[in-house]
Amino acid sequence: MAVTAQPRLDAQRIRADFPIFEHPVHGKPLAYLDSAASSQKPRQVLDAMTTFYETSYANIHRGVYDLAERATEAYEAARETVRGFVNAPAAREVVFTRNVTAAMNVVAYGWGLDNLGPGDLVVATELEHHSNFVPWQYIAGRTGAEFAVVPVDAEGELLLDDLDALLARGRPKVVACAAVNNSLGTILPVSRLVEWAHGNGAIAVVDAAQAAPHTALDVQALGADFVGLTAHKLCGPTGIGALWGRAELLEAMSPFELGGHMIRKVTVERTTWNEIPHKFEAGTGAIAEAVGFAAAIDYVTEAGLSAVERHEHELTEYALARLAEIPGVRLFGPPADRRVGIVSFALDGIHPHDVAQIVDAEGVAVRAGHHCNQPLMAKLGVGATTRASFYLYTLPEEIDRLAAGLHSARKLFS
Amino acid sequence: MSELDSLYREVILDHYKNPRGHGVIEGADAEAEGQNPLCGDEVSIAVAFDGDRIADVKFQGRGCAISQASTSMLMDMVKGRTAEEVAAMSREELLDEVGIPLTPVRLKCALLGLGVLKLALHKGRGTPLPGEWAGLDELELK
Repeated sequence: MAVTAQPRLDAQRIRADFPIFEHPVHGKPLAYLDSAASSQKPRQVLDAMTTFYETSYANIHRGVYDLAERATEAYEAARETVRGFVNAPAAREVVFTRNVTAAMNVVAYGWGLDNLGPGDLVVATELEHHSNFVPWQYIAGRTGAEFAVVPVDAEGELLLDDLDALLARGRPKVVACAAVNNSLGTILPVSRLVEWAHGNGAIAVVDAAQAAPHTALDVQALGADFVGLTAHKLCGPTGIGALWGRAELLEAMSPFELGGHMIRKVTVERTTWNEIPHKFEAGTGAIAEAVGFAAAIDYVTEAGLSAVERHEHELTEYALARLAEIPGVRLFGPPADRRVGIVSFALDGIHPHDVAQIVDAEGVAVRAGHHCNQPLMAKLGVGATTRASFYLYTLPEEIDRLAAGLHSARKLFS
Repeated sequence: MSELDSLYREVILDHYKNPRGHGVIEGADAEAEGQNPLCGDEVSIAVAFDGDRIADVKFQGRGCAISQASTSMLMDMVKGRTAEEVAAMSREELLDEVGIPLTPVRLKCALLGLGVLKLALHKGRGTPLPGEWAGLDELELK
């Protein structure tokens, strides 16, 4: 990675776009170090949604009046924005979903139920968020397929050499992998996993929830078959995300949710499905949220993903160094050059919940828990970690405040 | 730090660092384990009876100061009581003893031990398990 060629980002200027930072927490300025759980929202996104509600709102797709047409246009323009953001070949390959969990359920139920059976193998990695793990484990169980994981070692490193050994367990049909792990920030070797999947006759289903906010995503370069991303982690609203899938797979797939809008013709005897992507968008969707999703993509794109990447890389290096200075801190995960802006750690003798509560008193928001990564936590030998995660508005002094809070915690528990 | 001082008051930290009734009971009359799935707190509790009354109760676990300290306090509180008395014990009784302000999330930490104890007695002695604790039974108890 040619770090020096990347443009710089002015985090102070960016912060001014985020109203949340105007509000103190416990009388202290907010140091929001939980962006991997959900990012804060810039005024541009909030304004786009409010303006849409105030000027262009109606239900979409079937109305013939002007307002409905404008609302439909805004919704479909948002789909086009998402298409461009992930470099998908066509907007009809972009399905709006609630979030990545919902996206993975669309694939697991829609593709999995029809295509999996005894003798088949579903592979997930031990670095998966539960969103791309639990649906596959469940659907494998429902269909009689074998479910196996690519394990990690005690440091959380994926053991890719174990991949071929999995072939003894069944015919690979699905490989589910995250592009970036949400607990440790590890950047996974997705290309290698996709290549292995395709080389062995499986589809590759990629969870890009943690990757999309930080690195440019190109689904064509990635070569995967399905990719899920979510708006709320990249400055957008909650309740909206997207599933990209290859048109031929989406077309052949059964719908997951059934009901309004996803139909072509309904009679008492039978129902036929709408064309893609509408076949997978049952019911009234999150319309204003889609508009907000597009505004968020515009915002992050304007800031420049390569600048965001560089900014986070610098913060991560700084955080790893600062935290390593603190006695009793155990850092998890790979070196800074193989992760995004996520730092998970344990403080000797103090549970992550207590750590999070103590630093919260200083206005520092960090997450404590298993981060929806229970198999990984088990491998690391901990029930939970404390996680600090960064984004384009994060400042180095916020990491200093976290470090100071950790010193306070050690003092309190000494 | 005044909020923190009240949350992590001396008695909580003392119970956390020096838990009472920590350990196992060989051939226990009632046992259960439970987790707080929100944060990964884990507690297992074993009870030995002398007739109707709890003669000994011990716990093992890992988790935050609040979950472990409140379970430790609970061990002191229930010795000598009957299974029925503990089954009917209110959460307020324990929370009064813990005596710190708790947010809803931390409330789950503070009440984990009581839930596991009630589950142990339910399994070992057939005492009723109030609905609010029934979910514990569905957890994978290791």
